Amino acid sequence: MQVKHHSCMPVWSPILPGKDEMTLIENLAGVRASTPLSDALAQRTEIMGLSQASHDAVLLPRDPGGLSHAERAALAARMAGWNADPALVAHYRELLAQAGETPALAAVASGELVASPAVEARFAAIIRHADLLTRRTRDARKEDITALIAAGVTEPDIVRLAELAAFVNYQARVIAGLRLLGAAA
Amino acid sequence: MTRVVHEFAATVPRWSPYVTPVELDKATPEQRDAMQITPSSKGISPYVLTLAHDPESLKVRSPLFNTIMYGKGGLSSAERELGAVAASIVNSCVYCVAVHAARFNQLTKRPEVMETIFAGGVEAELEDHHQAIFDFAVKLSQSPPAAGPAEIAALRDIGLSEIEILDLILSASIFGWANRLMHTLGEPVRD
Repeated sequence: MQVKHHSCMPVWSPILPGKDEMTLIENLAGVRASTPLSDALAQRTEIMGLSQASHDAVLLPRDPGGLSHAERAALAARMAGWNADPALVAHYRELLAQAGETPALAAVASGELVASPAVEARFAAIIRHADLLTRRTRDARKEDITALIAAGVTEPDIVRLAELAAFVNYQARVIAGLRLLGAAA
Repeated sequence: MTRVVHEFAATVPRWSPYVTPVELDKATPEQRDAMQITPSSKGISPYVLTLAHDPESLKVRSPLFNTIMYGKGGLSSAERELGAVAASIVNSCVYCVAVHAARFNQLTKRPEVMETIFAGGVEAELEDHHQAIFDFAVKLSQSPPAAGPAEIAALRDIGLSEIEILDLILSASIFGWANRLMHTLGEPVRD
């Protein structure tokens, strides 16, 4: 599924879905019309719209800082993979293709190890941190932030990275939950 | 002397950031807008000042969080807090657990529920109603998410409606977000 963009707007504008349009989360969860779940979601349109706006804020920010749109999409695809969600991976691979895929970023997106000459030390530290925040959040320590700073990641970029990882993990859980609820109707 | 808090409890510690928060008097207009600063705003928390490093995310996440946790209708407030605590136990966010356990206690006047969760962690044994909610939120919070049809069936068995289950999914999931900020960008301390 493609992210909807109005042709008159630049690609980074947050797009709130129209009244009858499904958001990315609902599309990826395969929510069917005229079901108990779609009726319940009709009472939570503000939440679905804010979730879509959050997606745009972390994947396609106006000010990406030291994390380009392509790097964000590659990391998001990787984290969607750790969440065992192929449809979400496919969405982020498409965003990566749109933003400009490189062989190194394709490897990052597919979850491969990052000890490659094509990946600079700073980005390797970012990848390790995204993995930690996705797979072993509870183990995160102050030393992990110290390691990022030592690798040349700025403090604003550390916060941007945390928001990106946190959002993708939120999104993956909402999608997983909606799929279960829709299937159990 | 300041010490880092590692134990789950319902008394709220102070949150100490690992990165340098934005200085309020140096914040850009966009950062001030994202922090919802008004002329009457007094103390802005170190947490919000830290998140102001990424104002685009902060501006949308704050209303999303508030709508999920405090929106009208659907799942009761106490049950949303229980979902939030379950996620925070999985991710070991001591600060988040404290804030939301305290809210649960305030709403239910039943502190023994949270005491049981602090002692038992993800394996805590609760009465059926709380157990179904807690177990679903714990499993959804694992990486990768591990909730399945059995956990949904248990929620239906205790009588939760479609929108109540939807609200539980949302409240557990938004703590998958909040925990990844609060637990990884700073630590809970007592002075």
